[in-house]
Amino acid sequence: MTDASSVLRRYGVLIALVLLILLNFAITPHFATMQTLSVNLTQVCTIVIVGVGMTLVIATGGIDLSVGALMAIAGAMSPMFFTGQLIPVPNIYVGIALGIIFPIIITSIFGLFNGWLINRFSIQPIIATLVLFIAGRGIAQVSTNGDLQVFKVPEFQAIAIGRVLGVPFQVWIMVVVVAVAAFVLKRTVFGRQLLAVGGNEAAARLSGISVKRVKLIVYAVSGFCSAIAGLIVIAMNSAADANLIGLGMELDAIAAVAVGGTLLSGGRATIIGTLLGALIIQLVRYTLLANGVPDAAALVVKAGLIILAVWLQRQERA
Amino acid sequence: MMRNFRVTPSIAVVVVLVVLVTLAALRYDGFLGTYNVQSVLRYISMFALVALGMCFVIMTGGIDLSVGTVAAMSSVVSAILSPYGLVPGVAGGLAVGFLAGTLNGVLITKLKILPFIATLATMLAASGTGLLLAKNQSVSVSYDTYFTNLGQGDLFSFLRPEWVDAEGVGIFGSILGFFLSFPTPAWIAIVAYIIGGVVINHTSFGRHILAIGGGTEASRLMGLPVDRTIFSVYVISGTLAGLAGVILASQFGAGQPIEGVGWELFAIASVVVGGTLLSGGKGSVVGTMAGALLLGVIFTILNFENGMGWISLSAYWQSVVRGLFLLVVVILQSRLASRAPAQAAH
Amino acid sequence: MTDIQPLLAMRAIDKSFGSVSALVSADLVVMPAEVMALVGQNGAGKSTMIKVLNGAFQYDGGTIAFDGKPWVAGSPQQAQRAGVSTIFQEINLIGYRSVAENIYLGREIKKFAGLLDWTRMNQGARTLLARFNIDVEVTLPLENFSTAVQQMVAIARAVSFDAKLVIMDEPTSSLDEAEVAVLLKTIRQLKADGVAVIFVTHKLDELYEVCDRVTIMRDGRTVSVANIADISKLQLVASMLGRDLADVRARGATAFSNGDHDIGGELLEAKSLAVGRRVSDASFDIRKGEIVGLAGLLGSGRTETARAVFAADPMSKGQVRFEGKDRDFKTPAQAIAAGMGYCSEDRKTQGIIPDMSVADNLTLALMPALTRAGMIDETRQREIVLRFIKDIGIKCSGPNQKIRELSGGNQQKVLLARWLCMNPKLLILDEPTRGIDVGAKGEIQSLIRRFASEGLGVLMISSELEEIVEGADRVFVLRDGRMDAEMDKAAISEQAVMQAMAHGAA
Repeated sequence: MTDASSVLRRYGVLIALVLLILLNFAITPHFATMQTLSVNLTQVCTIVIVGVGMTLVIATGGIDLSVGALMAIAGAMSPMFFTGQLIPVPNIYVGIALGIIFPIIITSIFGLFNGWLINRFSIQPIIATLVLFIAGRGIAQVSTNGDLQVFKVPEFQAIAIGRVLGVPFQVWIMVVVVAVAAFVLKRTVFGRQLLAVGGNEAAARLSGISVKRVKLIVYAVSGFCSAIAGLIVIAMNSAADANLIGLGMELDAIAAVAVGGTLLSGGRATIIGTLLGALIIQLVRYTLLANGVPDAAALVVKAGLIILAVWLQRQERA
Repeated sequence: MMRNFRVTPSIAVVVVLVVLVTLAALRYDGFLGTYNVQSVLRYISMFALVALGMCFVIMTGGIDLSVGTVAAMSSVVSAILSPYGLVPGVAGGLAVGFLAGTLNGVLITKLKILPFIATLATMLAASGTGLLLAKNQSVSVSYDTYFTNLGQGDLFSFLRPEWVDAEGVGIFGSILGFFLSFPTPAWIAIVAYIIGGVVINHTSFGRHILAIGGGTEASRLMGLPVDRTIFSVYVISGTLAGLAGVILASQFGAGQPIEGVGWELFAIASVVVGGTLLSGGKGSVVGTMAGALLLGVIFTILNFENGMGWISLSAYWQSVVRGLFLLVVVILQSRLASRAPAQAAH
Repeated sequence: MTDIQPLLAMRAIDKSFGSVSALVSADLVVMPAEVMALVGQNGAGKSTMIKVLNGAFQYDGGTIAFDGKPWVAGSPQQAQRAGVSTIFQEINLIGYRSVAENIYLGREIKKFAGLLDWTRMNQGARTLLARFNIDVEVTLPLENFSTAVQQMVAIARAVSFDAKLVIMDEPTSSLDEAEVAVLLKTIRQLKADGVAVIFVTHKLDELYEVCDRVTIMRDGRTVSVANIADISKLQLVASMLGRDLADVRARGATAFSNGDHDIGGELLEAKSLAVGRRVSDASFDIRKGEIVGLAGLLGSGRTETARAVFAADPMSKGQVRFEGKDRDFKTPAQAIAAGMGYCSEDRKTQGIIPDMSVADNLTLALMPALTRAGMIDETRQREIVLRFIKDIGIKCSGPNQKIRELSGGNQQKVLLARWLCMNPKLLILDEPTRGIDVGAKGEIQSLIRRFASEGLGVLMISSELEEIVEGADRVFVLRDGRMDAEMDKAAISEQAVMQAMAHGAA
């Protein structure tokens, strides 16, 4: 009895995903194709990447609402570099390098800014990151004047749509981000310190952990992940639209984290869970769509999934 | 009682608003003209209603992320019902908001789910339901009933005498003309804020809201009906979001299933800028209204400034400015909170 | 007194939580308009007794009569309506709301249409506070006023429910001297108005100043009831701690062996520390290999002193010399780097990270030293953890078990090991054996002794007299935030420590 429930607790999310896949084999036509896999994975890539950063932030007991806006900043900024609009670039590869590196640095700094607000002024994370949620997209829009930047740079677009071993390159990026984060969380001192801060901030401080430094870093990492996701989005669309990049992403990411089984109050986190959570949300949506249920209904189901996941978490703690 | 007079954050934001509007009125022709006032107020009124509900919720220490999509869903429902007349249209929209608020209340007080997550789920569910009901497109309202008057009409403009537009009517005439030209949604918002202010400041329910936000456990020990009060504020917030949705449908002549994105955060920002503590327990209805107006007016001022031709700022600066505003306010709030004054007894 | 009906008669009250007995046939009798002191150490059962009375807890056996009738209260609110009001240590009022509101919350005065009658409420609040000679602007937020005024408002609120009995649970713990005076005056006023008071405090001076009688509790039982005039401070302390003055028991009840050991040179010297409101002047020193006991009643500032040394809280005054150098640590991390460790008295909120494994909790502070390129060297970590599990006898299913699943004693051992594995020079232990069963207690005490004999300096705070007397090589006693007694090994006796806790320096 206790064995069954502990197995369920540990692998519940995975079991749900497997059941969902089996269900699809049974009822969804043409499910077992490379095409289906590819579609689902590319839909979920950016959510997982941002979700990884969000998982780390939530593990420390915080939240980051600014991820979507930071994606927009990175996405809007990048084309200015590789199209040579901002500074002249000797060749396209240098441009692309700059167009990747600069946005990543800038959004990471914005992430640091979030952490600084939280540390310095003891502002609740939800409000501190609300500032950039509002202002961040504005910054992206102002810097592009709100215009759609269309570009045709296949070398850059390879980030999203190039394929390696038949799998879209962005999926590889996602795999790397997930693997690195899971490794950091499980194997490094920083990972433990981060969980310690979320699990018991007072005890962590008394054990000599620099709580402020940990917080600064996780928000910076969240900004970093947002930048990568922003770059993938523009590469996929071969256009950057500051108004739309990452719109609503904060909610998708939080939903993936919640469904994946990370404790929303901090102290316990699973990166793989977030990956599985995002996959479940996506697959539920796909299942409904493929079987003729409108997309909007999937939102209602997603809401139900979040409540169910959080409610189960509560039951388990009680 | 001069010794009772303190400059609270809410008073400060009202002062900033008045100064800003005065400067703008001096600098730009037509800033307080009928056309501008009507178009600005017509739009801001919806946000103001949502912000009022948010203000109630935040005063208890909670948060309601669902207001934007609930407003969208309610605009769809009231558009669908509008052919049956003004009353069914309005009642339908309000009922939808009421139900969404009830759902939030149940999730939070019965299932004990954090307000942030509970209302996030309701946000998604309301968005999905709205799109389903609208079949993914906007739903035209009926122009055969009086339904559109609610959003597009100007309630008292028929009282407005011609002479207030004449030269040299004096300050009194100008002010009379100014108020009588308010659009109907503005009057609805004004009435809602007056009721809201009375409820917060002059009823037990209102004081309990603030007490719970100031200390949930202490309130429980004092025997206050904590769960019932928390439940009620989410219902109020949902219903006001429903009302905003009705106005949205009526004003734009269509139910808008994809509107409402980001309204919740605009509302939160209005509440916080208006001097209400995000952690609850302390706040002001008037401040919230001033906060909503302030954030809305920044946009208009940018437009006028561009019209002057001196500088050219894109409309997108408004969100940057709003964000900066929020930043300054939360930093000031944290400063105030960190030095709690203590004063000895006499 | 015999012909007067008692106002409150709690007789033979039993209460247990699971298998732990909190109250065993405990009695508490209060006469009308009497100020009754209720004293006892931590875990003596005072709070449980109060919570049984005010309806927060159900009780298992015994009878309660109030005002001549059987007493039934299902919650503190019901108790309040029936005439028993409780004022808690941490003020349960709403700081942001006005003074008047705090008095009237939950039973507001209304005029027409459900609207509040602010004029009458403010007037009522003024009249009520005037009874206690408090003149404050009742429309200002409560947080604008000092803790003492806030306490007084809480009392006024309690009295305005027509309370016949007011319970005050350590009301003076965060007040300064002048404020305490005001509070004591209020208590006398209540008595004059015919209201009885149960006064829970650890400050003996106050107790003698204002109380009529005292009820002493220990281990869930009522051990003594006396007129305050008939009992000396020393007798009172002895009774609280469970000591018979005539027959102070011989040494040997704890696992601290008597074996003398070498004490080295100066390790830490703290001079004139002042911390917040609780500690005004504390000086002490610790030598290498020495266990220094820090004694004092609850609220005397022991924990605050320890936390300030470890830089967990800032000190407002004073100097710390550590290993011969003046040190001004700003964060615990710096104190740890210099070779200190600190085990908090509150394992749950300040010690364990509940969701983490035994191994991670044990090596939390050591971790930065256990890495290769930021990665945890899990082999070494496991090695160290297994060594400590074996060495100090931590009972767990393995290094990967979650710490929250362990018993209190084993959690405490993990926390001790957290510091011991760092090879610290000074270990500060705040109530190292609180809430731990007898067996584990002995093990922890002998551990402390063992590491001290290997050269570790220890500062040990304890409310258990035996632990201090038998465990410490030297003892400092704090009384009301002042360190005014020091005893070396020869001078330490239960009698002397109690004397210092009750009266200050001999």
